[in-house]
Amino acid sequence: MNLASVVEKLKLRVACGQGGLERPVRGGYAGDLLSDVLANSSEGDLWITRQNHQNIVAVSSLKDHAGILLVQGKEPEADTLEKAVKEGIPILVTELTTFEIAGRLHRLLHGPS
Amino acid sequence: MSLICEESYPVRGGDFKDAGKVAVQIKATLKKLGLDPEILRRAAIAAYESEVNIISYARLGKIHLQVDPEKILMDVEDEGPGIEDIEMAMRPGYSTASDLIRELGFGAGMGLVNIKHCADEFEITSRVDQGTKLRILIHVPDG
Repeated sequence: MNLASVVEKLKLRVACGQGGLERPVRGGYAGDLLSDVLANSSEGDLWITRQNHQNIVAVSSLKDHAGILLVQGKEPEADTLEKAVKEGIPILVTELTTFEIAGRLHRLLHGPS
Repeated sequence: MSLICEESYPVRGGDFKDAGKVAVQIKATLKKLGLDPEILRRAAIAAYESEVNIISYARLGKIHLQVDPEKILMDVEDEGPGIEDIEMAMRPGYSTASDLIRELGFGAGMGLVNIKHCADEFEITSRVDQGTKLRILIHVPDG
């Protein structure tokens, strides 16, 4: 499933990176500790986080994530947006909490268990 | 073994704005050399954590990268407070990071552990009030 379908099915808002919505989403990872995300997330993951400062862009770029999904309606800060546009990393926004959106993404990618 | 790449990247202490910039550059350099993605991933994590450590704790430092057909070697050096108790610092979850650093999602006490985990050989030496040195070696498998 690509990012565009995830955006549509989970009703996400695209803050930046429209051009990257064809990227495949292979999985998801939820975390706010950068070292944890760096160590344990995988290439192609959609990274769910409440961190909206500019340092998330480098982490996501290093791990080749499909994109970043900010929870609880958090907007990316101005310099986050600027860096993400430069690196071509899509940033999406949901009003839901990490728990809610992670559950929905999991069901979408892996089906009901 | 002849070097196929040697580069030095300066890192400024306290410069959180650009944290990860050097690691992204190192990853791009290694990618151009056509290295295996798993090797790339490990080197990128080790470089990022080293960079963030310098930014979080030291005044300044550098990451010196050397690549030959058999290995990636990163020598990380900083001028800073040094580490009093290395054994404690290597313990997962142990951190002396400030609240400000933690709020950004850094300072989880996982940095050195992540580096060690990504390295085939890892050495750390430190002198209090002078600085810390890391030697990170990753073997490049044949082919």
